[in-house]
Formats: sequence, structure tokens, C-alpha cells
Amino acid sequence: MHELSLSSAIVNTVVKHADGRQVTAVHMRIGALRQVVPDTLEFYWGFVAEGTVCAGAVLEQELIPARLRCAPCEREWELDVPVFRCPTCGGADVAVVAGNEFEVESINVEEVACTAPR
Amino acid sequence: MHRTKVKVVEEALDANNTIATANRADFDRDGVRVVNFMSAPGAGKTSLLERVLGDLGGIRPGVLEGDVQGSMDADRLAHLHVPVTQLNTDSGFGGECHLDANMVRSALPALPLADIDLLVIENVGNLVCPAEFRVGEDARVMVCSVTEGEDKPLKYPLMFRTCELVLVNKIDLLPHLDFDLDKLLYNLDAVHPNVERMLVSARTGEGIEAWRDWLAGVAAPHEVHA
Repeated sequence: MHELSLSSAIVNTVVKHADGRQVTAVHMRIGALRQVVPDTLEFYWGFVAEGTVCAGAVLEQELIPARLRCAPCEREWELDVPVFRCPTCGGADVAVVAGNEFEVESINVEEVACTAPR
Repeated sequence: MHRTKVKVVEEALDANNTIATANRADFDRDGVRVVNFMSAPGAGKTSLLERVLGDLGGIRPGVLEGDVQGSMDADRLAHLHVPVTQLNTDSGFGGECHLDANMVRSALPALPLADIDLLVIENVGNLVCPAEFRVGEDARVMVCSVTEGEDKPLKYPLMFRTCELVLVNKIDLLPHLDFDLDKLLYNLDAVHPNVERMLVSARTGEGIEAWRDWLAGVAAPHEVHA
């Protein structure tokens, strides 16, 4: 259900960088820990983009698996169930290496060639 | 016309976090500590506030009530004689299901910051969206009641991982439920190892003293950072 707010956040970020240019595609990097449902995000994207330079733009979602790293035993592993203790030593000194991303990586925009006389 | 790829690399929630930081600076200036209080609908947030806000020692509390509609929760707190400010989210896209930094910012002029030491922001009941949006808080507290199921931490890890204190409420109902408290605490530890937790009942008052002390502690006099 947070996908509506999240798609608004994407539009706001993209509009800032588009600088008035029409956007044709937005490439997002989305970590597994964000618990984003890709289809739902895409569904809301269509509505929220309407009336902005993002209207009609394709939302590309690159999903990043969650990876954790245990500091004491240096084990690094991919998270499939949300257990934030090290499977080797059981410790809790565990850092998220990847999976928290909700990042606008790049956008494709249409540049209008400058035809004004110099 | 041609197409260009523009590198952005920006967290989409940075805009919210920037506003949250501004809120935090405003709260700090008035010496107000802020708790973002979250849970699923009906877990007992308002009841747990009713239990403690009238008696926080010398700490002067205030409440910002976030609801999609209505002021029922604010009305319930009226008898405590603490300042309560209502913030409804229904002016957004069909009623936002959470508070974000900008909504809280819009409520700042209505908050009596000079007259309080502690602001409790009672977020909209929801275990998903509020976890995503910082509002300028010093601490996050969430309530999980024993009528909700032992697997809640595994289903909503973002929420459970993001808070400093988890209140397990309605423990007076345990004899009547097939609820495995150990399993909940095991799941909680898996998702957020070593997070502080308290077993409470807003109805009977069990565990409330520890909750009151914790909350008062957030706003206890502290060293001001230069």
C-alpha cells in the first residue's frame, strides 16, 4: 500500500532532475528490504505521473537482493527470510550491505534540438 | 528531437528526509524531544498514551494526532489536559495512510513547542507506510498487540527494524488466546536483535510504569549538542 506514496516520491525526484524535459523512462534501483510490490508500484506510477513531465514514461525497476554482513565473522550472505542474525555465529552485529535502496538511478529525457538563431 | 540518458542516483525519499531534518532542527531549537508512535490500527496507541501522559513527572508532553479522518483519538486525550493537535491526512490523494515530514511541518505553527518538552506524534495506524517516512523524530516506538499474531515482525520487518522500543500490548488477554508470546519475541529478535521491548496492558496497567519511565526518559534533561 505504500507504493502510492513511493511513486509520488519518485515523480518528485524525477521532475527535479528532468528540468522541464519530457521523461520517457525512469530507472529505479529498489532493494528487497523496501518491501515494494513491483506491479503495484507500476500501477500507481501511471496515475501519479499523469499531468507531469513523467506522463507516459516507462518505470524500469531493478530489484536488488538484500545482503547482510556479520562484522565479527565476516560472513556475507543473501537474505531470503527477514532474520537479521548471523547464521554462522548467531551474532547481531550485522550490517545491511545492500537491499535498502530506493534510488532513482537514471532517467531518459527528450532533448529538443535548439533551433533558435544565434 | 533526441533522447538523452541523465544519471540521477538519488534516493527518492531524500526530499522527505531533508524536511524531516528541518523539523528536527525546529524541535531541537525549542528543546522538544519527539517520539514517532506507530502501530497497526487498534493495537492500543491512544490507550497507552492515556495511561501515561497525565503523569510524566516534570516532563510537559504534547500530542500530534495523525488520523485519516476525525478527531476521536484527540477527544479521548482531552481529559488529560495536555495540548493535543489534530492532523488529518484526508486532503491528500484519497487520505494518506501515514504522516510524512511535510505534513508534520505544516502542523508546526499549531504546536505549542515553547510549552512542552516532549511531543508524541501518534501516527496513522498502519505497519507499512509510516516506517518509510521520517518526520523529524528522536525515537520511534511501535505497539504490537497480542491479538495480531506472532508472525507480524516477519511480515513487516521494515517497521519492526526501524523502532527503538516495541510495546507488546494487551497481555491481559493472553489466557484467552492461542497466542504464543515466546514465538512473537523470537520473531522480533530475529528481525531486530536486541531491540528494547516491554510487555504491557493498557487495560490493567501491567508494565505501564516501565513505559512511562521510558517515555519520560526521552525528554529528560540532556546535554545540548553544540
